[in-house]
Amino acid sequence: MSRIDVNKTYKLFIGGAFPRSESGRVYEVKGVNKKFIANPALASRKDLRDSVVAAKSAFPGWSSATAFNRGQVLYRIAEIMQGRSEQFIDEICALEGLSTKAAKSQVEEAIDTWVWYSGWCDKLSSISGSLNQVSGPFYNFTSPEPLGIVAVFAENKPSLLGAVRTIAPVISGGNTVVLVASENYPLPAITLSEVLATSDLPAGVVNVLTGKTSELAPWIASHMEIDGVDVAGLSKKEEEELKLLGAENLKRVFRFKNANSPERILSFMEQKTIWHPIGM
Amino acid sequence: MSNFEYANAPESKTIAKISQSYDLFIGGKFVKPKKGKSFNTVNPATEEVLAKIAYADKLDIDLAVSSARSAYTKVWSKLPAKERGKYLYRIARILQERAREFAVVETLDNGKPIRESRDTDIPLAAAHFFYHAGWADKLEFAGVGNNPKSLGVVGQIIPWNFPLLMLAWKIAPALATGNTVVLKPAETTPLTALLFAEVCQQAGLPDGVVNIITGDGITGAALVNHPDINKIAFTGSTEVGKAIARSISSTKKSATLELGGKAANIVFEDAAIDEAVEGIVNGIFFNQGHVCCAGSRLLLQENVMDEVLEKLKKRMSLIRVGDPMDKNTDLGAINSSEQLKRIKDLASAGDSEGANRWSPECKLPSKGYWFAPTIFTGVSQSHRIAREEIFGPVLSVLTFRTPIEAIEKANNTMYGLSAGIWSDKGSKILWAAKQLKAGVIWSNTFNKFDPASPFGGYKESGWGREGGRHGLAAYLESDAKVNK
Repeated sequence: MSRIDVNKTYKLFIGGAFPRSESGRVYEVKGVNKKFIANPALASRKDLRDSVVAAKSAFPGWSSATAFNRGQVLYRIAEIMQGRSEQFIDEICALEGLSTKAAKSQVEEAIDTWVWYSGWCDKLSSISGSLNQVSGPFYNFTSPEPLGIVAVFAENKPSLLGAVRTIAPVISGGNTVVLVASENYPLPAITLSEVLATSDLPAGVVNVLTGKTSELAPWIASHMEIDGVDVAGLSKKEEEELKLLGAENLKRVFRFKNANSPERILSFMEQKTIWHPIGM
Repeated sequence: MSNFEYANAPESKTIAKISQSYDLFIGGKFVKPKKGKSFNTVNPATEEVLAKIAYADKLDIDLAVSSARSAYTKVWSKLPAKERGKYLYRIARILQERAREFAVVETLDNGKPIRESRDTDIPLAAAHFFYHAGWADKLEFAGVGNNPKSLGVVGQIIPWNFPLLMLAWKIAPALATGNTVVLKPAETTPLTALLFAEVCQQAGLPDGVVNIITGDGITGAALVNHPDINKIAFTGSTEVGKAIARSISSTKKSATLELGGKAANIVFEDAAIDEAVEGIVNGIFFNQGHVCCAGSRLLLQENVMDEVLEKLKKRMSLIRVGDPMDKNTDLGAINSSEQLKRIKDLASAGDSEGANRWSPECKLPSKGYWFAPTIFTGVSQSHRIAREEIFGPVLSVLTFRTPIEAIEKANNTMYGLSAGIWSDKGSKILWAAKQLKAGVIWSNTFNKFDPASPFGGYKESGWGREGGRHGLAAYLESDAKVNK
């Protein structure tokens, strides 16, 4: 008799730990072959709130880490992902039904995305800040600072790249994140959280929820501690509903084109301008 | 301590030729409102009616937006950027030429001291046009995208505290980036915007590039909801800002919002106290405290509290309150009876919640809307006067023991527009500036503005920046975002 595989239990990633949903709920994920793969957690409102608490407590440390340090951590994520490529490829093939070649290319693009945003961490104020020539004896300069807690809805597909290209820019700017993984293909995002847990990324900087996007979206929209949202994985209608509720604390809500861009980082940053007199 | 006696030094009103009535400025011409409705604008220092102002409703807005759209597609978007910039230069120059007239009209309509409209509002408004004129043909170097493209027709709604200056903050970047504009000035201060319409005519600005519609909040809401507007730019209360965010949530409209504030002005024990006192006075009493970034929460380190308060009270007793047209006046009239009521209500809440009110002895004119410069001591963080924007000459004083406590208290607000730091230690200033969640930090100064300096808030103080290179992005299509 052949050996029985040891299957993984796919859990949430909150504050650096891997809990099950406090609700005890799971949902069934099947592969393209209609066969059962896993029962990931069906995250609840309480799980979301726990994630926000974790993101909030991680924010002071992550946002005040040096940009050079953040860049190294993001690069480290790429390194660890590279070593676990096979696992991501297997999951993507099983879920999305891609060929190994296409899955491999998605994984490679995801890894390169981390490398690209890693390099941005310590260049943001060079390209988006300014020394302003005001009419008077003042030293006046503007530089970007992270917004705070950003919720990210990853697209369904590509399951891994969709998660990486949304969270990498947000954390490279110093924000902390609550990621709502692809609803239909959540497993690569959970495996990604195992990468994040072993990449020197402080606990709580990225928190990963799996479950029903439509259930979590209104709670995210009305959560007063969430400052920004990337709505990549929401429908147009869900986006509108989120913006309506999100107006209560003037959430910064954006939908980006697929391409990587420093604007994806800077959209979730605030520009701070400091004045100081010049004189003896 | 009593005021020095000063002889009256009134600015002459004769330079201001205010018409009895004003129509809407649409398509380069003054046109009557379709329904013929109007309202009065009054001088808040005397309660005299200054002029009858046309009231724009939906039909007028339709006309203004379609005139802006047609100016956009047929003229403005086709004009070489260099020529676009030259119109802005012309506007800047005409504003400088007519500066005294604008200052007088602004003071009559708004109630602010002539010294401030003459030395701050009008020169800065002209400077905004001059600054942005230069950007018009240099946008590809601004670092705001590889191929900067205008958005189209912009609806702009401005407040009554700096009428012409806020108009300049809105119109100058919008035009420089190639958009056309429908602007609604505040209900109580429409005159300088209507005077600005004449400037557009004198500058030969193509018809419809700037349209000015007057009215109230309903007019503003109709403008926000007009389907052919591409972008909203609003300065005003956080409450209205949120309403705008809701009403555009299911549209493709983008928005910049410059909203309320409750700035902390932090005085550390090592501050130069006399300078700090000047900064505190400027922070809260400039423009009657009708300033979204006013330093309305004074945070004093406990060991210098007595000294600062003593000097502050002495300094406050020298503030000259009264006729805004007098060149010696420091504190003018409250802009409207409505605003006066709000200030009085919040000040009463300060009394009833247990804070201690103090004002210097000062005689207020019998006519008009006035409020004496006021401080509250013994204020705690939960008091309404420590949380809500008063938008008047009322300062809430709180204390702290350690720098960390100062930052925690300063950041304990839904707002994040501005903050002040007073200290003689550079490293402490830079540390505090980094910790403060606010878009503009004044260290050892306060209430400084410049077209080259981006302005705007964190948190519920708004979306986006105005001024500087950063302000341009708000009026250009984004490379990276969908639907903008």
